[in-house]
Order: sequence, then C-alpha cells, then structure tokens
Amino acid sequence: MRLGTSFGDRLLSVATGGAVTLVLVSLAGMLGAILTRGLPSLSLHFVFGSPGADPAEGGLLPVILGTVACTLLMTVACVPVGVTTAVWLSEYAPRRSPLARVVRSAIRNLAAVPSIVFGLFGLGFFVLFVGGRLDALFYPASSSPTFARPAILWSSLTLAVLTLPVVVVTTEEALRSVPRDIREAAAALGATRLEVVWRVVLPHAKSGILTGVILAVSRGAGEVAPLLFTGVVGWQTHAPSDARDGFMHLGNHVYLLATQAPDIERAEPALYGTVVILLILTFSLNLVAVVLRHRSRAEVRS
Amino acid sequence: MTVAQRDVKLEARAVSVFYWKMHALHDVSLAIRERRVTALIGPSGCGKSTFLRTLNRMHDLTEGTRVTGDVLLDEENLLDPRVDAALVRRRIGMVFQRPNPFPKSIFENVAFGLRVADEVRGDELVARVEESLRAAALWDEVKDRLEESAFSLSGGQQQRLCIARAVAIRPEVLLMDEPASALDPVATEKIEDLIVELRKRYTIVIVTHSMAEAARVSDEVGFFYSGNLIEWGLSKDVLHSPKKEQTQAYLAGRFG
Repeated sequence: MRLGTSFGDRLLSVATGGAVTLVLVSLAGMLGAILTRGLPSLSLHFVFGSPGADPAEGGLLPVILGTVACTLLMTVACVPVGVTTAVWLSEYAPRRSPLARVVRSAIRNLAAVPSIVFGLFGLGFFVLFVGGRLDALFYPASSSPTFARPAILWSSLTLAVLTLPVVVVTTEEALRSVPRDIREAAAALGATRLEVVWRVVLPHAKSGILTGVILAVSRGAGEVAPLLFTGVVGWQTHAPSDARDGFMHLGNHVYLLATQAPDIERAEPALYGTVVILLILTFSLNLVAVVLRHRSRAEVRS
Repeated sequence: MTVAQRDVKLEARAVSVFYWKMHALHDVSLAIRERRVTALIGPSGCGKSTFLRTLNRMHDLTEGTRVTGDVLLDEENLLDPRVDAALVRRRIGMVFQRPNPFPKSIFENVAFGLRVADEVRGDELVARVEESLRAAALWDEVKDRLEESAFSLSGGQQQRLCIARAVAIRPEVLLMDEPASALDPVATEKIEDLIVELRKRYTIVIVTHSMAEAARVSDEVGFFYSGNLIEWGLSKDVLHSPKKEQTQAYLAGRFG
C-alpha cells in the first residue's frame, strides 16, 4: 500500500509539474514569438505617427488614442454604476431580499453572455434605440442620423455593460471583507448608515475595489467583438474628436492588419508591432492591479 | 425597592429580543442608576450582551432581530422607531469586547465621532482629542505619536483608545461589553481602574464573565440566566448573599 501511495504522490508531482511547465512554456513561447517579430517594427513614427495610405507603414497614434479614449469612457460609465450597485448589495439590501437575489442572478447571467452578443445588443439598444430617440429629440428635421450611427460613445457604453459584472462582483467582495467590528464601532459613535459606508467601509475597501476595477478595465480594453457594430472603423487618419465619431481600436486594428490589408505579408511586422502595443497597454493595467492588491494586503496586515 | 426612582438614568421595561423566531431575551426590566457602575453577569449565552445591545439600538444593525418593550433614557423611550438610532448612540457610547480601532491614526480614531457630528473643528478638535485621551489614561503614552497607526498600540492601549474614542463625543452612558476579556492581567487592571475613574462622570453598564471583576468595579449587579434576568440589586448583596437558587449555583461555580 505504501508503495502505491508514494507512486501516486510521484505521479501527482509529475502531473502538476508538467502542467505548470506547459503554462509557462506557452506563455513564454507566445510572448517570445510576438516580441521577436513585433519589437523591430516599433519606431517613433510607427507608434506616434499618423497613418498614411499604406497601413503596413504604421502610424498608430490615432489608433492608440482611440483605444485609450474608449477605455476611459467605458471606465467613467461603468465604475460609478458598478460600485453603487455593489454598495447596495453589500450594505443596504436585506440578505434575504428577493430583489437582491434577482440583481445577483442578473449579474451572473450578464457575465456569461458572449461578447459578440453585447455587440448586437449595443447596436440595437444604444445605436438604434437611444441614438434614434436623441436624434428625434434634437434633430427632428435632419434626414441623416447624428446620434443613431456607430460612435465611440456607444462602443464605450456597450463595453461598460460588458465589464459591469466584474466590477460589481469584485467590489462587493471587497466591501464584504471589511470587518464587522469596525462597522459597529463607527455606528456606536453615532455614524448613520451612509456615514459608516462613506467614512469606514469604502476607505477600507478602496484598494480591493481599485484592483477589481482595473482588472475589469483591462479586460474591456482587449475586447473587440462588442465594438464591431457599435463604433469601431477600419481606416481613418485622425483620432475621434467628438463622442459621436467613429474610432480606431488596437484590437480591431490587429484583425484588419491580419486579414484586410492590401498586402498581408508586407503588413506582418506592423501587425506584430500593433500586438506589442496592445499587450503593453493591458499588461501595464494588470501590473497596477497587482501592485494595488499587494498594498491592500499589507494594509490589512498592519 | 432599593433603587431610588429619582437617580435612575436608564430603565428597561419588559424588554424582549427575538432573533428570527428564537426568543433570546424574556421580559427584562432593570433600572440603571446615574453615575453608578452596573455589571451584567451570567454564563455564556445567557443574554447579557443581547440586553446590553438593546440599550443603544445596536440590534438595528442585525437583520432578523426584533426588540419589544421600552428602554427609557431620562424618561424618553429609545426604542420608539421615530427616535433616530444614530442620535441614541451619541448619547449612549459603547466599548466592545475586542479592541476595534479604525485603520487610521491614533488622533483620527479619537476624532472620528467628532468629525461625524461636525461638532468641533480646528484647535477645539485637537483639545477635545487630548482631553479624551487623558480621560482614558492614555495621553502620556501616545502624546508624541498621535499620527501613528492605532495598530501600533498594544491590545490594552487599543482598548483604552476605544474608550477615549467613545468618551470624545461626551455620551451620558457608557456601555462596555466584556472590555477586558481579550487583555492580559496588567492591561485588565488598568481598564478596571479606568472604569472606577470614569464612574465619576458617566453612568456605566458593563458586561463581564468575571465575578471578581464585577465585585471590583460595580455598584449593582444583574444576573442573567438563559435569557432571563434572575436577580439584581447592590453588588455586595447579590454577590455575597444571593437569594435565588440559580444565582447561588452560578456564583458557587457549579456551572458557567
């Protein structure tokens, strides 16, 4: 029997070691392939220039600005709604309330929806419905749509709905981890429920909330499918200057360079260069999240 | 009745507490005298802490808890739903079993209640923090490190900080839920000395599982057993010559 157990142990350590190696090798392989092909094409002009007639020549500035603007707009739209929802769920809703149960299951289901479906939803709801109403309200005489066409605003709002579940779930977790005894301490000093949340619970959960928000944002920054019908455009020479403009996005740009460029082989260095820029963007967001999480753990320990 | 009616500060009348369907506290009536220390004793789960938490409406924070009966503070019924619980808690402060400072500086811990109420600002706030730390016999130990985290203090110091925080808003009554149970004997002695000192200015209700502590600090004692108030009166009477059988058994160490 003892022989059997130690054989099982050995098998397990080989299996786990193998799995870990596989993960590391595939990550290293992928990064290696991308960096060796992508780094040589990075140049000042490639990253900070404006695009010319040939997409293979690079000039990513408007693409980067479009991605950043879309990500920021998404954050501005989803964080207040997500954090407020989480505060309600964790601090105000009675544990057994049917409404809280409905909201929770809605959030879980929202998280399970494929991102292309969010794209269709964005087109139907934001672009056509909301945009159409706004046009009818502000431009009743005009025959061409002002709001009811794909735009960076609608793409950002669609992404905001997509990332909302992550923000709500991580924020609620962070709020629930605030110890009961300091909530009671604040209440016992005459703080109202709102003051307990505002002065004790939110400051205490701050790092945890930020971590969740950044993870949600970095996920949203890499999504392409929700943008397809709602605002992203293939080639244009400038960054969006109005929320109602179309915009270019790094993720979509990768897809275009890989499939739609006039000469796909010549566009390959530009393709990998674009991937490197996109990865730098999302990795640096993740890095900030890791640093914040580390800091919040240190705070709790002290 | 040994208690003169005129110096009653806080009075519970037929107070019952239910957790969902469980009846945790049965019809407790108890008068608490002004500037006296009243100790609530009894075995674990007897309802003494449950009773204490009705006195400052702490049960409002726990879902599924229902309180019936009246709690009168100077004749005003605190359990009336029209009475603001936050205002009740400004008049009746509380110190908890485990020291629970906020993850803030020593100064900000004491200033918290004052900032919430926006009572005082600037120099006056600073003066009030000092006064409160002195009242909690902590000033000399922390005066040079007010900006340090409250977690840099020892357990006993943290508990005295919690007392300073509670007295900063000048409550009329102080509730203490086993304030020394998480502390070593030296820190416990300091807390007990402090209670005797605070008694000059505050009406104090303290829950304790230690009969010796009740004897050392309290003027009056209420003995709780399985959700009922069994016996109450002057400490020397209840602790030395209890009338009820359950009290005698508990004090003799036969259970608890």
